[in-house]
Amino acid sequence: MALLQISEPGQSTAPHQHRLAVGIDLGTTNSLVASVRSGMADTLPDAEGRHLLPSVVRYFGNAQPLVGEQALADAATDPFNTIASVKRLMGRGLDDVKTLGGALPYNFEPGSGMPRISTAAGPVSPVEVSAEILRVLKLRAELALGGELSGAVITVPAYFDDSQRQATKDAGRLAGLTVLRLLNEPTAAAVAYGLDKKAEGIFAIYDLGGGTFDLSILRLNQGVFEVLATAGDSALGGDDMDHAIAHWMLQQAGVDASADPRIARRALRDARKAKHVLSDAPWAEVSMTRPDGSVWQGRLGQEEFAALVDPIIGRTAAPCRKAMRDAGIAPADITEVVLVGGSTRMPRVRQRAADIFGRTPLADIDPDRVVAIGAAIQADVLAGNKSSEEMLLLDVIPLSLGIEIMGGMVEKIIPRNSTIPVAKAQDFTTFKDGQTAMAIHVLQGERDLVSHCRSLARFELRGIPPMVAGAGRVRVTFQIDADGLLSVSAQELTSGVASNVTVKPSYGLSDDEIERMLRDSIVHALEDNDVRSLRERQVEADRVVAAVESALASDGAALLSAQERASIDGELARLRSLRAGGDAAGIREGIDALDRVTQEFAARRMNAGIGRALSGHRLDEFG
Amino acid sequence: MRLRGELHHLTPTGVVQAAVEKNFFELFGLPVSFDVDTADLAVRYRELQRQFHPDRYANATGPERRLSLEITAQINQGFQTLREPLSRGRYLLALRGVDTDEHTDTRMDPEFLVEQMELRESLDEVRHSAQGGERLEQLASRIDSLLRTRTEALGRKLSGGDVDELQHARQLVREMQFLKKTASEIEELQEAE
Repeated sequence: MALLQISEPGQSTAPHQHRLAVGIDLGTTNSLVASVRSGMADTLPDAEGRHLLPSVVRYFGNAQPLVGEQALADAATDPFNTIASVKRLMGRGLDDVKTLGGALPYNFEPGSGMPRISTAAGPVSPVEVSAEILRVLKLRAELALGGELSGAVITVPAYFDDSQRQATKDAGRLAGLTVLRLLNEPTAAAVAYGLDKKAEGIFAIYDLGGGTFDLSILRLNQGVFEVLATAGDSALGGDDMDHAIAHWMLQQAGVDASADPRIARRALRDARKAKHVLSDAPWAEVSMTRPDGSVWQGRLGQEEFAALVDPIIGRTAAPCRKAMRDAGIAPADITEVVLVGGSTRMPRVRQRAADIFGRTPLADIDPDRVVAIGAAIQADVLAGNKSSEEMLLLDVIPLSLGIEIMGGMVEKIIPRNSTIPVAKAQDFTTFKDGQTAMAIHVLQGERDLVSHCRSLARFELRGIPPMVAGAGRVRVTFQIDADGLLSVSAQELTSGVASNVTVKPSYGLSDDEIERMLRDSIVHALEDNDVRSLRERQVEADRVVAAVESALASDGAALLSAQERASIDGELARLRSLRAGGDAAGIREGIDALDRVTQEFAARRMNAGIGRALSGHRLDEFG
Repeated sequence: MRLRGELHHLTPTGVVQAAVEKNFFELFGLPVSFDVDTADLAVRYRELQRQFHPDRYANATGPERRLSLEITAQINQGFQTLREPLSRGRYLLALRGVDTDEHTDTRMDPEFLVEQMELRESLDEVRHSAQGGERLEQLASRIDSLLRTRTEALGRKLSGGDVDELQHARQLVREMQFLKKTASEIEELQEAE
């Protein structure tokens, strides 16, 4: 199969051209990239045949950062410049990071907002560290697939909040990826599993990774993957077990690691090894060199091991019960329980999952790779390589969204486990005579008090005409897209004064910062910025032209008058000629013009579709 | 001027500007009625999703992608609204111009309020007792039966539909909302055990 076709300038891309798209599992401990090739989805290895890329980045003062196995190996010798488990910092503020405890040995830059880690290469944000990992995977995929990627689906824990999702998407952009979709990890696993086994029924996906736990309950029905409920803990995973074991070792050896982070890193590394050994063996030998050079040797048996890790594993039970309640099901309703994530290799975790659901869980697809594989399948569909007829994902938001009202209380506008995309509006009145502005504080979480929820964004609606209290009516609209990302708008209804925000997380990067980082990054410094933006516009123009042509071919004759058809054809021809020229701004303008002239056509096609969707079914078929 | 917190709640309004000018019943091809077969509704829901989900429009024109997002949001909202008797009842009343005002109008039937206070007192007792499991179960089933009788009554009032019946239906919806809140508190307690 010819994967690369080079089209003549000005010629639109062939509609059936295979687009290179990948699924990326950006994990706490390891990351993977997968793609669908010749109808088969599989993870892509590096030059040495390794599929897992350790999510570790080492920074240097005068060289490019190092990512993966070598960085992992260096973690114990250069702890301050070697960043591991950065996923735990994504979308978090400095205060959150402090509450993650002594778990993170890094030095953070002082200041508020997004935490930045001090390294030999200067301060780096979690988004930038993640982008380094994504860049390596992008390069690996481009080498393996033989061409430039058209897009990627990146997975996130289902329980990630809006800030964490936005940070992940920003990291993708920073790595030069077109992010087709953010996909929830358990949903991705269900896709890989469900398509593979042609499964039907209700499935619980128990996903315990390095740093996050998700439990999703899905109904699989003729290719529709409908998430009924999701629950979890975005700071719970195998990492916590490693820390518990390391803490025990340090205690036994009588070593205070706070003086020397290298000892802490070595203890963590050995703790992880011991954890793996204890999956099969009755005990693990552990040792530690004290700062004075003396050596402590010890043995960690199953009983002590259980005492250390069971409290952590036990924390998965409550989210399981919560998800079942939200889905309105009992354990007996569940067809299968599927295990995902490296930590589910542990027999104690498997036993716990079995106890919670009262059945033996399945783990017959490699729990490390199943998420990336599911993401690759979705990427293939979104890139337009395969008809999506047979598969549809209906996912949910994990946490309720609301705004602050009087008394520091939160008024929920969109409840957790609402299927996305979703939009909802709520009206509020002015509270004081002559009030000309209103502060909107957007929050995410289940609790009633503002102080117990995560603050996502604040903005103000100004210019409300002065009125008596209660006469001004402000409509606040929440919209969540298919990535689970929120945008909020507010409008005063009597005057029409409006304000829109795409919620940029309080601890995130601004669009300007990302643009600047992209410009500054080595990858893009090598090419002219104007050339890059022209190429992006041309690709977009090709996509739009192909989409309009295909819409005209199927419905143009039925839904358009000759005059309407002529004006669309006119804009199409104009965009084609603009595309052949070298003016990025002109192409942008041509795309906008074509968008405007096809709006009515789009609305008619959609309306016709509603009839089509429900026709061909008689009521008695549904019973 | 300190603005945060100066928000006064008025009323929930349901869906955002309709991308498709149909009410939820029309959107799902159903007659406007309180009687909805939820299994049939779910089949129709999946069919509409198959047609309109943004994944289907990943490579479509700009206006089509925007519309697909809006329509899917409407389909999701419609499914949520029609699936549950309480939200379905409230929506049917709204279609007939009757606002249930749960947030602003706190007047309730005194008899109902007395009954609710008793229920809440029992709930508080259970909350502070050591072995509340069985009592919680009893409370849950009592609320369940109160909800069921109201759901049946709501169906009758809505199928009639003169002014008095609609006002009675409005009262039923408000009481059901009250009961639902207590029911979810019980579930939270059960889950915490």
